[in-house]
Amino acid sequence: MSPANSAWSNVMAIAKRELAGYFASPVAYVFIVIFLLLTGFFTFNVANFFEASEASLRGFFYWHPWLYLFLVPAIGMRLWSEERRQGTIELLLTLPVTPWQAILGKFLASWAFLAIALALTFPIWITVNYLGDPDNGAIIAGYVGSLLLAGAYLAITCMTSALTRNQVIAFILAVVVCFLMMMAGYSAVTDFIARWLSPGAVDTVASFSTITHFDPFSQKGLIELRDVVFFVSVMAFALFTTGVIIRAHRGG
Amino acid sequence: MRRQETSTGLHGHEPLELRPATGAHPTRIERSAGRREAGASAPAPQRNAHFGCRLVEGAGGHSKARLRYHYESEDMIKVENLRKTFGPKVAVNNISFNVERGEVLGFLGPNGAGKSTTMRMITGFYPPDAGTIRVGNHDVVEEPIQAKRLIGYLPENAPSYSDMTVRGFLGFAAEVRGLRGHAKRNAVNGVIEMCFLDAVVNQSVDTLSKGYKHRTCLAQSLLHDPEVLILDEPTDGLDPNQKFEVRSLIKRMSEKKAIVFSTHILEEVESVCTRAIIIDRGVIVANGTPEDLKARSNLAGAVTLSVQGANSQAITDKLASLPQVEQTQAISVKDGVIVVRAFPRASEASALALGVAELARAQGWRVNEMRVEEGRLDEVFRRITMPDTVKRAAAGVNA
Repeated sequence: MSPANSAWSNVMAIAKRELAGYFASPVAYVFIVIFLLLTGFFTFNVANFFEASEASLRGFFYWHPWLYLFLVPAIGMRLWSEERRQGTIELLLTLPVTPWQAILGKFLASWAFLAIALALTFPIWITVNYLGDPDNGAIIAGYVGSLLLAGAYLAITCMTSALTRNQVIAFILAVVVCFLMMMAGYSAVTDFIARWLSPGAVDTVASFSTITHFDPFSQKGLIELRDVVFFVSVMAFALFTTGVIIRAHRGG
Repeated sequence: MRRQETSTGLHGHEPLELRPATGAHPTRIERSAGRREAGASAPAPQRNAHFGCRLVEGAGGHSKARLRYHYESEDMIKVENLRKTFGPKVAVNNISFNVERGEVLGFLGPNGAGKSTTMRMITGFYPPDAGTIRVGNHDVVEEPIQAKRLIGYLPENAPSYSDMTVRGFLGFAAEVRGLRGHAKRNAVNGVIEMCFLDAVVNQSVDTLSKGYKHRTCLAQSLLHDPEVLILDEPTDGLDPNQKFEVRSLIKRMSEKKAIVFSTHILEEVESVCTRAIIIDRGVIVANGTPEDLKARSNLAGAVTLSVQGANSQAITDKLASLPQVEQTQAISVKDGVIVVRAFPRASEASALALGVAELARAQGWRVNEMRVEEGRLDEVFRRITMPDTVKRAAAGVNA
């Protein structure tokens, strides 16, 4: 096996184990059910899917940042804190894998799990196609954006999970960080910044907001490079930080 | 000093079995046969800085005594000047040792002495603050993956993924070890058999008893038939039967591997180890074969005598009058049997038993039992590590 091959097969072995771990416990099923119920509730009751009489999934995607705010940390909180609590981190990192392979494998497994949950919302896509004639390109853009958003939140949760052996603390920290990143794009915050700092600072702060970068996907149906780059950068940064934290722990 | 005799004594044993080694060299035979005489003529290998090239008697000793010569390249673990601190606490301070293939090294020491920290550094979990570790021919810091491939590791408390089944967990470890398909299945089935896990293969780990959990993690460390085995308290929490099984497993594997294991059970060291290191407060305080260590005991070489009679004073006085005796001690008087012990003068140790026997015959003592004490490991362990513990307690510092 070439080094690249064996690196990738290590990542896949770790991801496979992690993903199987979700489905070995009721967590996966409970999560999927709650996720589907909540997306349904927000789409039909809060965003008034039918009353809007619009053949699109904008209302459906609009609430995803809020849903993910709590659901993604719930899925990611155990990734590293559980390893530390059970001591399996010592086992994992003394196997012939690099920390990067372990971090990536675990992240990809959880992300794949979120992708599965998201894919299970397909009935709403069927519904909107049955009732009207939506722009399916825009819907695909919405799904891509939603997945990227979930990935960004998940990477942040990885990071907070590596910080502590307590899953609850990891969860709360992740929610707080994600919440701050989200709020940076809301008018309440941007108005405040415009008043107290310079209006120029608004753009800077808002450009770190997940909302600012998610809206083009979900509301306009656009896949823009800079938004993709933003989400990928957040993931890369958070996973890099996870590596730094894990190394610091081992360094004592 | 007495131990030297063991190695020379082995020259007489037949057959002389030389293990084929990587990098085998014809001069090995000459050097092994004439080591003591010709020791100076051959340039001494560098590693002798820590432990000399030795002739090691085959482990176990129940079969014919066998002779193995360990060549330089057979050093599987080389640890040099290892140091690790956690904040202000120095966990490991300048530790050096080597482990050769075929050796079973026992790691002893009080809790918090630095045993686990050292093992975690060897296995690449903790990066050392200073010093080098080589496993096989790989530096653990520079080439962690290559080094880790050679190592099987059982961490302290035997962690494993509790939501997985035993088979699933072992399968995962095998995959990460690069085993696939047939090789993976064979490896997993092999360790399941070796560690007696047949009954629980499909059970999830968190439903297992402690003994099974422990052996599941042990099985994981054996999957790839590693050349180096690092076992942190492999018999901790096992029942006596399981302890026995794990010990015999270690013995069975010892010939082809370099094994390091830590334990608090001193009998285990005597029964399994070819060499023992005692660590206290991050420093190696003793290093030698279990026999070496036992010989350091105050008790070593003393003669204990059980005599029928009532007057223990008379007997101890007679014993004390022997020229070989440094000191005597009355141990017990019970049911008309007196137990006394005579400690030898340093120079007369070998003559003591004979002297005592002759005295007993001359005096007409009715001797029930007489034995030459080997020395006890626990006594040596306590003597070496105790003063520091007491000092620490006095200073009010927790270990």
